[in-house]
Amino acid sequence: MSAEQVGRIFREGSGRAIAVLIRIFGDIDVAEDALQEAFALALKTWPEGGLPPNPQAWLVTTARNGAIDRLRRESLGRAILSDLVREQAAATETLDLSLGPMDDDRLRLIFTCCHPALSSEAQVALTLRLLCGLATHDVARAFLVEETTMAQRLVRAKRKIKSAHIPYRVPEARELPSRLPPVLAVAYLVYNAGASRKPGASADLEDLGAEGIRLARLLVALLPREPEVAGLLALMLLNESRRAARFAGDGSIVLLRNQERAQWDRSLIDEGQTILRACLQRDEPGPYQIQAAIQAVHADAATFGQTDWQQIVALYDELLPMTRSPVVAMNRAIAVGEVEGPQAALDLIENLDLDRYYLFHSTRADFLRRLARGAEASLAYLKAAELAPTDAERRFLRSRSEERLH
Amino acid sequence: MNQYLLSLHSTPDSTCATQSPMPPEEMQKFMQRIETLESDMKESGAWMFSGRLTEPESATVVRITDGDTMTTDGPFAESKEHLAGFYILQAADLDAALEWARKVTTCVGKPIEVRPFWGLQS
Repeated sequence: MSAEQVGRIFREGSGRAIAVLIRIFGDIDVAEDALQEAFALALKTWPEGGLPPNPQAWLVTTARNGAIDRLRRESLGRAILSDLVREQAAATETLDLSLGPMDDDRLRLIFTCCHPALSSEAQVALTLRLLCGLATHDVARAFLVEETTMAQRLVRAKRKIKSAHIPYRVPEARELPSRLPPVLAVAYLVYNAGASRKPGASADLEDLGAEGIRLARLLVALLPREPEVAGLLALMLLNESRRAARFAGDGSIVLLRNQERAQWDRSLIDEGQTILRACLQRDEPGPYQIQAAIQAVHADAATFGQTDWQQIVALYDELLPMTRSPVVAMNRAIAVGEVEGPQAALDLIENLDLDRYYLFHSTRADFLRRLARGAEASLAYLKAAELAPTDAERRFLRSRSEERLH
Repeated sequence: MNQYLLSLHSTPDSTCATQSPMPPEEMQKFMQRIETLESDMKESGAWMFSGRLTEPESATVVRITDGDTMTTDGPFAESKEHLAGFYILQAADLDAALEWARKVTTCVGKPIEVRPFWGLQS
């Protein structure tokens, strides 16, 4: 067994292990140090001695016993042990590693990481670090910040959890309406951080797309009665089905109307649509379910021309009052444009407060182009190019701007 | 149990001087709501101390400069927002403190800051 294999097994199990250890010790740092030591021991012993019968249970047990030994030697540690009155329980508890208690721990951990008292940046960082088991430098790379910046962000967030006593518990049903949205937002952010990249462009970041889907699957398994959780998973799967078709060879974006629909992944579409149908039957609509439904309508159309735009406009009509987001209003206008034409669509977006959003300017440019207002379209494409986040998109938008000049 | 400071801040447009005074009836209802809330806090054992402060202009600052005591007029910082009142509560965890904060802010109609005190373990 190689060190890489040990690392992979470790990463797969680390979210569950850390969640159990945080419950036992009531302290994230103690839990992280303990798991790190157990991992070091695994690297030393597994390659020669072979894999223990239940590697995840081995990691948790080894980490727990090591931490108890260490805490007994330190005065602050003794305070933690005696204060928690958990020493006895911790030392004698038979760890149940079947589904159930372990997953309650992971659910607790998600809600702690995504507590609304933490900034959304801290929420994402903690979730990736603790629940997904990513190393700090990988979390930093995913969000394009220096490793030291990310390390500081994590330290500050953990300090706040400790000093403000952010609880380690699953919110009650009546609290879920306010506590679930940040959890879903973090999972979607993790997914989008990976999914906005061309397949094969960067393995690390693509992993984040997969990580986001894994998180959503975990949430569906842990909160099976929340239709918005299922809606989020369906939305991710339907988006994911188009990822290969969304990028041209040079990495630039291929618009929906020009995508090669044969490249869409039918198995992801089927899975997404099945999940979506099941949760829509509960008749508790929410923004993720409706966004998934919009993607499902696109998935149903064999060609761009066959898209049921009336249905999409109707879904946006439902979505807009839920989110009150100008981006949603813009996307609704695009759908309206397909039904009523570019002038109606342009009228709908002129007053939106989206001047810093590059897709607003490219959308506006597109309407102007279709209205044969070439010079204005060219300026709008240029404005979009200035604000675009990637080189490929800047190139694409500049070329469109130049086309309109001639 | 952990201790938290819940602080309410006044902004220039919300100070007594510029705000149109509340009609007596409304004022009475408002005071009743506050009293009910505070007696809930006391009954549940959360309340430790609370107070409402006078306007920031009534503050005096004392500092030591080169060994001399300097006493100056006015609030500590030239800020638009000033501490107007506070609660010191004990609560099991942040969620419990935030629940009290939600009740206070519902009552007074102003945002409230929740900040933990240093504890033995922190």
